[in-house]
Amino acid sequence: MHTYLDNSATTPMLTAVLEAMSPYWQTKFANPSSPHHLGVVVESTLNQCRQILAQLLDVKAEEIYFTAGGTEANNLALQGLARAYGRAGHMITSPTEHDSVLQVAHFLEQDLGWDITYLSVDRLGRVNLEELRNAITPRTKIISIMMVNNEIGTIQPIAEIGSIIKEVNQVRQDKIVFHVDAIQSLGRLPFTIHALNIDMLSISGHKIFGPKGSALLFVRRGIQISPVIFGGGQERTLRSGTENIPAIVGLTKACQIVLQSQHKNIIELTQKRDSLLEGLAEIPGITFNSHRTGAPHIVNLQFAGLRGEVLVHFLEQRGVFVSMGAACTARKQSISHVLQAVGLTPEEASSSLRISLSSITTMEEIAYAIKVMQTTVTELRAIYH
Amino acid sequence: MYQTLIVRYGEISLKGKNRYKFEDSLVRNIRYALHELAHGRIRKAFGRIYVDIQHDNWGTIVQRLSTVFGITSISPVLHCSLTMEAIEQSTLTLMEQSQGKTFKVSTKRANKRFPIDSMTVSRELGAHVLNHFPQLTVDVHHPDINLQIELRDNGAYLFNSTIPGSGGMPVGSSNKGLLLLSGGIDSPVAGYLTMKRGVTLEGLHFYSYPFTNERSKDKVIELTRILAGYAAQGKLKLWVAYFTEIQKALEKNPYSGLKITLMRRMMLRIAHTLAEREGALALITGDSLGQVASQTMESISTINAVTNMPIFRPLISMDKQEIIDIARRIQTYETSILPHEDCCTVFVPKNPATRPRLEQALEAESHLDIPGLVEEAISRTESLIVSHKIDFL
Repeated sequence: MHTYLDNSATTPMLTAVLEAMSPYWQTKFANPSSPHHLGVVVESTLNQCRQILAQLLDVKAEEIYFTAGGTEANNLALQGLARAYGRAGHMITSPTEHDSVLQVAHFLEQDLGWDITYLSVDRLGRVNLEELRNAITPRTKIISIMMVNNEIGTIQPIAEIGSIIKEVNQVRQDKIVFHVDAIQSLGRLPFTIHALNIDMLSISGHKIFGPKGSALLFVRRGIQISPVIFGGGQERTLRSGTENIPAIVGLTKACQIVLQSQHKNIIELTQKRDSLLEGLAEIPGITFNSHRTGAPHIVNLQFAGLRGEVLVHFLEQRGVFVSMGAACTARKQSISHVLQAVGLTPEEASSSLRISLSSITTMEEIAYAIKVMQTTVTELRAIYH
Repeated sequence: MYQTLIVRYGEISLKGKNRYKFEDSLVRNIRYALHELAHGRIRKAFGRIYVDIQHDNWGTIVQRLSTVFGITSISPVLHCSLTMEAIEQSTLTLMEQSQGKTFKVSTKRANKRFPIDSMTVSRELGAHVLNHFPQLTVDVHHPDINLQIELRDNGAYLFNSTIPGSGGMPVGSSNKGLLLLSGGIDSPVAGYLTMKRGVTLEGLHFYSYPFTNERSKDKVIELTRILAGYAAQGKLKLWVAYFTEIQKALEKNPYSGLKITLMRRMMLRIAHTLAEREGALALITGDSLGQVASQTMESISTINAVTNMPIFRPLISMDKQEIIDIARRIQTYETSILPHEDCCTVFVPKNPATRPRLEQALEAESHLDIPGLVEEAISRTESLIVSHKIDFL
């Protein structure tokens, strides 16, 4: 048996998604900007995808911009806003954001002279609302907070942050723009963009059974952002480059599937997660870094005295695929900035694992993973003892 | 929190014997508008419609209902039994969710068997609220929170908000009308406004391919799709008339200043013939007086002379900005302004006649085989049913 429990890194594509995409490689392959019939057909598909996504997300079609990935969506949002703003402002974010937000913040600070405030987070990874309110200055232009953390599953108080920003904006000429990275939350946490007062929101396809290289950025009408990529002026000049129609169709189909079955999936994910927590709790010397109040698909835990990386490789030999944290962090072989931000020592962080489930993970797979982890940990402890 | 929505309708309750037909149309349209959402029973009573809420989605339901013609307003309500204790408790629940510094209580006692008169109920509930929320004060003229209580046979209804509906009359409660749909900003708005008066709409587009391109047709189909969101069952029929041969004939015609006048007259002839065949009783256009050369009074008069069928022009007195405001609200604007050529923009002469006289038009048309051209255009006209819901995947 083997079980893939690294779904926060990426998910496999569903057959239905692959099938929806398949006509757009060889049959309906034309460039949607071409003047002839073949182009018109594909352009119509592009428009319909945008409409369907707009309905699913309860926003306007013209507020959706397709990009080639979640990282690009976050870059377009933040760099694009900074470029349109045209002067150095102030940005508030959290230290547990994904690197595609943190590295842009770093760039804004180093190269464009922005001031960046990194809010502190508590043991569970949540930002402090009072601290956020106090951090806002007349120069504050961007607040970027992710909805669900990709390593420990923290659900940030987005609604409360949105209310604070809305309240502050009521007496400001120069409005603060609220960007939310929803890449880990889509399909795992119900949300309504407008009810949360979100101005920009990033979504990625491959985290929800869609294709790699598919993503979108929602930009509320009226928010001015500039392109980061220049060219033929596609996506109403915000994202040039021939539209990746197969990816866009795949993203649309994937969103349709996960959002239409969201309610059921969340209940089932929670059951699977709880059963996993219960099984893992029996292993001596473990501490959970994630919490039950977090997103239902992420469990993060420490194994005292063991190295997470070694554990990953022992587990993979028995067909259980998990990771130490964000895949990007693993590549750099550095210690998770998220785990450090929530107060773990480097030792604790490097003895941690992330287990991430998906709606297609079965109870049998969970049971198998629990059994393998129990025996593997016992075995490893015997070696190191 | 809310258990029910009170849906109010205005005019249709005044329509005598037709009242039941109107009400049934409205209930049918409400059912359709909500068919994808979880909700409870929908029932008619006391000249209103009640929609029971089952989940926490009343906001979405209200939003959908606010686009259904015939509804004047909607209030989310708490429902409780007819005892002062129950009413007091519901009052507190409602007040806890309300924001503001001042309030007032007004009571309607439709059920006269309820032993306490409405003034006393209001006064007692007001006192109860003040006891529990000492920071609030009463303001009977401009309260932040207007708590309303209705005492009816089957219980008490409490609410503090009334959301406006679209007004008008239920779609499908009036006869069929044929909308001349160009792809611009005005005609979809004209279609929307006639649907608001209960008209069952069908669209008619004049397609001059290959003089114009396929995208111009796609754009009209998309506009039809948006309008279908306001139609009964979320569907509209669109006729696409073959206009290419007529365009060719008009291009050859030497009276170039009259081209638009002659084109419009041809369109109305085709629309008239099709409407008669399909049982539509009126034509609908997006004309706004004086907006362009073909919409001066002289032009309208000369163009109109080809038909004795009523032509509804709901935008006739509106300024462009008023039309754009409606187009934005009904979400056709963004599609309307996509830059695709249609027959009117491709063939527009440099100096169109702004005061074309009927005799001039007749003189120019004497060189054309009018019946033959109309017949050919009609025979090559196609229809499609456009569904608001996109389900290509």
